[in-house]
Amino acid sequence: MSALNPTALEQGLQSCHGCGLLSRPADGAEEGRCPRCDEDLHFRKPKSLERTLAYLMAAAACYIPANLLPVMITNTSKGSESDTIMQGVVLLWSPTGWPLSIIVLFASIMIPSAKILALLYLVISVKRGSIKNNSQRVRLYRMVEIIGRWSMVDVFVDTFTVALIQLQPLMSVEPGPGLLFFAAVVVLTMLAVESFDPRLIWDSANAQEIQDEVPNA
Amino acid sequence: MQFQNQHPDCNRPLPDATLVACLDCDLLQRIPEVPAGASVRCPRCNKELWRHKPDSYNRTFALTVAALVLYLIANTVPMLGLHAVGREAFTTVVGGAQQLWHDGQELVAMLVLFAAVISPALQIGFLLAILIGCRRERPPFWVGLLLRHLEFTRTWSMIEVMLLGVLVALTKIADYAHVILGTALFALFALVFLLAAIQSTFDPREVWERVEWAETEALPPANKKSSAEVVS
Repeated sequence: MSALNPTALEQGLQSCHGCGLLSRPADGAEEGRCPRCDEDLHFRKPKSLERTLAYLMAAAACYIPANLLPVMITNTSKGSESDTIMQGVVLLWSPTGWPLSIIVLFASIMIPSAKILALLYLVISVKRGSIKNNSQRVRLYRMVEIIGRWSMVDVFVDTFTVALIQLQPLMSVEPGPGLLFFAAVVVLTMLAVESFDPRLIWDSANAQEIQDEVPNA
Repeated sequence: MQFQNQHPDCNRPLPDATLVACLDCDLLQRIPEVPAGASVRCPRCNKELWRHKPDSYNRTFALTVAALVLYLIANTVPMLGLHAVGREAFTTVVGGAQQLWHDGQELVAMLVLFAAVISPALQIGFLLAILIGCRRERPPFWVGLLLRHLEFTRTWSMIEVMLLGVLVALTKIADYAHVILGTALFALFALVFLLAAIQSTFDPREVWERVEWAETEALPPANKKSSAEVVS
């Protein structure tokens, strides 16, 4: 048993994600219920790495059509024109609009891809039993958790552009097929974040500590 | 034995109720009493475990009632208008989702509706019910049930993200037409600040320490006493 950093897992205790209560499962049981709030309890989120990886792969698959297919189609009397997310960023670039253009570039293109890569790195490092950079890795996880929701911004941009520009027959805007894929990327990456258990980051280091202590004892 | 009546898979609470484990690194520790406004952080991973929020109940209640009023305004009056070629068109938040649905993007429309309308409503509604339920001497079990799901509604309620989206959309449209800012836009703007303020005044730990347990037999008598002390 690790004396330096005792964990709930080593002591056979489970903490509740609903209410934070620490409790002891029935003898030998892996799963239980919280006596205070009735939430299902586990030592670690069940199948955390597998589920995170599955969501990430689905998100990565949707990321390609999300960026290649148009998200908005503008119909005017002269004909119709379709814009992908990147073209939307370029269109927004102007002497006054450039800060917003950069925000959309970050929110719609950089954040989703950075999120997928960051979570992939976390999953792989945990799978390989890494014991290095634990604090930085958990900080990366928290950052992904906080920033992730902002990639929804492009979905809202398209929603309200479409809702407002309905000046048939002069000009009207309709959503493009890329929008669904883009929304899927946002939702799938949020689910991936939710499935990952940051406590796994520390488990290898805990196991190492126990091993190191055995010769001393 | 004390636990013979309880559900077989129910966990037993610890005799020492001050012991917790960090949800980000599983480190066992005790949460000390700290002065108002100060926070307790995990020594290993720096996660904020608890922040002592003074007068949490009254402040949160006032803010939540204000948020409810703003929410109702924001979803009943127009948010954006457009004036072009002699025509005027207005839309509400729900109207945005409706147009997407009309254009065959049903799934995205549902997501927009969920993130911008339904989740914030649940968030405000749950919080009000929790606070009202807490007025009872021992808050009923459903208070815990709602509190357990409050985090979910908070994750998916994206009014601040929507406002940024509206700002970008306005900048784009301003090139073609004259845009009119509706009352709902200002209500939403204020609502973002209120929801953030609620976040910094609401202390779920205070509610959890008072709430009725799912397994009443599991609650040791010593624990009952200590939870009553903390509330005062």
